[in-house]
Order: sequence, then C-alpha cells, then structure tokens
Amino acid sequence: MGIVTNNLSFTYGKKKALNNVNLSLTSGFNVLLGPNGAGKSTLFSLLTGLRQTTHGSIKINNKDLHKHKSEIMSQMGVVFQQSTLDLDLSVKQNLFYYASLHGIAPQRALQNIELILQQLSLTERLNDKVRTLNGGHRRRVEIARALIHQPKILLLDEATVGLDVDSRLLIISYVRNLCIQHNICALWTTHLMDEVEADDQLIIINNGEIQAQAKSSELYEKHNVDDTHQLYFSLTKNTEAV
Amino acid sequence: MTFNHYFYCCLGIVKREIFRFFQQRSRLFSALVRPLLWLIVFAAGFRAALGVSIMEPYGTYITYQEYIIPGLCCMIVLFNGMQSSLSMVYDREMGSMKVLLMSPLPMPFLLCCKLIAIAFLSLLQVYVFLLCAQLVDVDISFLGYLTAAPAVFIIAFFLGALGLLLSSLIKQLENFAGVMNFVIFPMFFLSSALYPLWKMQEASIWIYWLCQYNPFTYCVELLRFALFGQLNLSALALVLGATIITAVLALISFSPKFSQKR
Repeated sequence: MGIVTNNLSFTYGKKKALNNVNLSLTSGFNVLLGPNGAGKSTLFSLLTGLRQTTHGSIKINNKDLHKHKSEIMSQMGVVFQQSTLDLDLSVKQNLFYYASLHGIAPQRALQNIELILQQLSLTERLNDKVRTLNGGHRRRVEIARALIHQPKILLLDEATVGLDVDSRLLIISYVRNLCIQHNICALWTTHLMDEVEADDQLIIINNGEIQAQAKSSELYEKHNVDDTHQLYFSLTKNTEAV
Repeated sequence: MTFNHYFYCCLGIVKREIFRFFQQRSRLFSALVRPLLWLIVFAAGFRAALGVSIMEPYGTYITYQEYIIPGLCCMIVLFNGMQSSLSMVYDREMGSMKVLLMSPLPMPFLLCCKLIAIAFLSLLQVYVFLLCAQLVDVDISFLGYLTAAPAVFIIAFFLGALGLLLSSLIKQLENFAGVMNFVIFPMFFLSSALYPLWKMQEASIWIYWLCQYNPFTYCVELLRFALFGQLNLSALALVLGATIITAVLALISFSPKFSQKR
C-alpha cells in the first residue's frame, strides 16, 4: 500500500518544476514539506492524474497511475489546496454529489456521510449551505468528502492553510488517527513546520528536487539538528517556511 | 465498475445541476423573460408588418407569433447551453472541476451525464415557456407537445456540447461575454428563427447562404416540424451529425493531454 515515483520530472514550458523525483511512501502519515514554488502542488497534480507525466512514472498500490487510473482513483481521496466545494449547495448535497461521482448508492453514501460527519463534529451542519460555514468547517467538509468512498490513499494539499490553531490541530490529529486506524497512506503537503512530528515520514522538497526523505527523528540525527526548522534550514537555506 | 455505478453517477450529476438551477431562482425567470419579450412585444409589433405565407409544415397562413415559437424555444435551449458552459468555466476557476476530473468513471461518460443534465433543464424551461405562450393564443396540439420533447432533447445535447467545447477553450470567465456575442447572436439571427429563409433569400443571397450553413437553422426546423407532430428527416440528420462532431470535439478538448498542451 503506497505511492512510488521513479525519476519523475515535469516542466512548464522551459521552467523545470520537478526534477527526477523518486518517492517511496508507505502506509502512515507522510509529510511533504517545502517552500512556495518548491514543486509540491505540481507533484500533487501529477499524483492525482490532473496532469500527465512527461518523464518518469507513478505507481500507486503497485499499479501504474496512467494504465489503471480508474481503479486507482476509486481508492484515492483528495483535499485540494483551493476549496472545491459548491458554495450554493448544502453540505449534504455536496457530499452526495461526490459520492455519486464514485458510483456509490445513495443509501450507502448516507451511512458513510453520517458516520464521517459525526467523527468530524459536523452532523448539525448537514443541511447548511456551504456558503454559511466558516473556513475550518469548510475544510472539515472537504476532508469528509475525501473519505466517503473509504480510500486507501489520502492526498492533502496544504489542507490547513488559513485556519486557526484549534482547527488545524483537530484536522491534523484526525488524519493521523485515520492513518493508524484504517492503514491509510496519507501524503500531507505543507509549508508549516510545526505540523511535522518526530514519528512522521518526512520528505523535504526544494526547487523541484527531493532534499531528504526518511523518518523525521532519523533525519534530525543524521543531520545533527534538534528540530524540523533547523533541518529544513540546513537543507534548503530557505527561511520562507514557518 | 458495474452498471449501478454508472447509473448512480449519472443521477448524481443530473441532480446537482437541478439543485443548482433551483438555487439560482432568477435563472428560470430570466430564461423565460427573454423569449416572452420577443413573443409578446417584438412579435406583436411585427405581426402586421411580417405576414408569413403558407409554408411547410403549416397547412395555412399563420401568425408571426406562431412562426417564431420554435425559434424562441431554440433560443431558450441555446442560452441554457451557453449558461451551462459558463458554469463549467466558473467550476474550473473555482476548482470544483477537479472534483469531477477525480472521478474513477471515464471522462466521456461524465461529460455525457453533464449534457443529459443540460438537456433536461432545457426541456423543463421550454415546456414552461410553451405553457406561457398559450396565453398569447399560440396553439400547440397535444401531439406537438409530445413530439417536441425528443427534438428539444437532441437540440439541447448539441448546444450543450457546443457550450462544453467553448468552455474548454475559454481560460477566464471575463472572456466569456465576448464569446456569447460571437456565438449566440450570429447563431440566432443567422437562422430561420425569426424569418423564413425564403425571405432572407429575397433580402440578401449571402445572408441566406450563411443561414443555410448554420446548424442552428436545422435545430429550429427540427423543432418547428416536431411541434406540428411531424418529423423533418433532413434537419434531424444534420442536427445529429452536428451533435456527434461537436460532442467528439468537446470530449477531446477535455482530455488532460489536450488541456495540458494549451
């Protein structure tokens, strides 16, 4: 269960966004850390199949993404950086729409939705229009949506950007628990260093290249640093991430 | 993926479009006001000036109001098709298009479902308009109401596909207004929606030829015959041909390879 990329490269015109990226992610909470413009979102677009790879390959659960796209998509849940909810529809309508895109029968969808919303303390907002929800609640709805079809791979692109501390903690701990309870492989991209814990698999990306990839605590030891901030600075010489 | 997966997916896409349509209540109102203004104000004013002689499928002289009904129905379908494509551009700008693209079901199927939803909404609006048209003494037989449904559906599919094709080519919402002017107005005015083609021929031969090559003309004629309980086979063949070509182009334009190249 996991994501493997081999020599993955991608260019926008002449600008190289990713250069020979080799990733190997297994079940658990994997953090992709990098400054703005490092190539996180490009990598994300390639992993979700929204962009086609020009060089290299992507294997998800041991299957080539482009040859088995339908099968892989049915096992993948995604939370995009930008909100993708329909503001004029209710939470329920948004979630049902997404469930239908996966061909889930309405009764089964309702069961899954009720369960996930309960876990995310959103049951009371089921019939509210998304437009009336605050940023934290909207994010939770997006996470609920990504989980309706019970995916084995979960990709979250800067899912906590713009949220207050409480909402961030709630969301990140919820996803961490999911990984443990359901053996999910989650890729959490961020530029917020305080979201990294010592037990997480950490991948540091800068200028389209992977700078480091291992368990956070192992990386601290290897590079003789005390925390993620020092590690990140020593590897990228970049002060942009916080 | 089983048949049930496809069925629930299609149902979900159609339901979403219906929910969105009824959320935007002004959309139905404005969809009806435009053709009703043409029917009540424009047609009343021109009724005396423009007499329509006996022509197929009508067996006798008809009023101008009666003549423009199929054209106005097609106008509703045309605007709905373009409005739906506008919402696709909006979805892309807002990011919700990504949700559709992440579905495990094939993209051609998803776009077909979108077209079914567009066609269903067009059908609803056309019938509400036809009911309103009864108030200005436009008489349509029960058979006409029945046979109009498949014609409207095919026309809506064609114009919806055209809208999807346009939406894939437009990068920003702001550019859409220009396309509306370059697509909707020429399509509508260079057709038999407001005047019979023989009148166009008398007025200007090159405009007549433009009308002849405009697929919208055949949409109007297909519906004109259908509202009269008849089938215009050549119009049907042309509209179906145009639908297939436009739908295939729309599908190609939505493929990741094509959109990445642009």
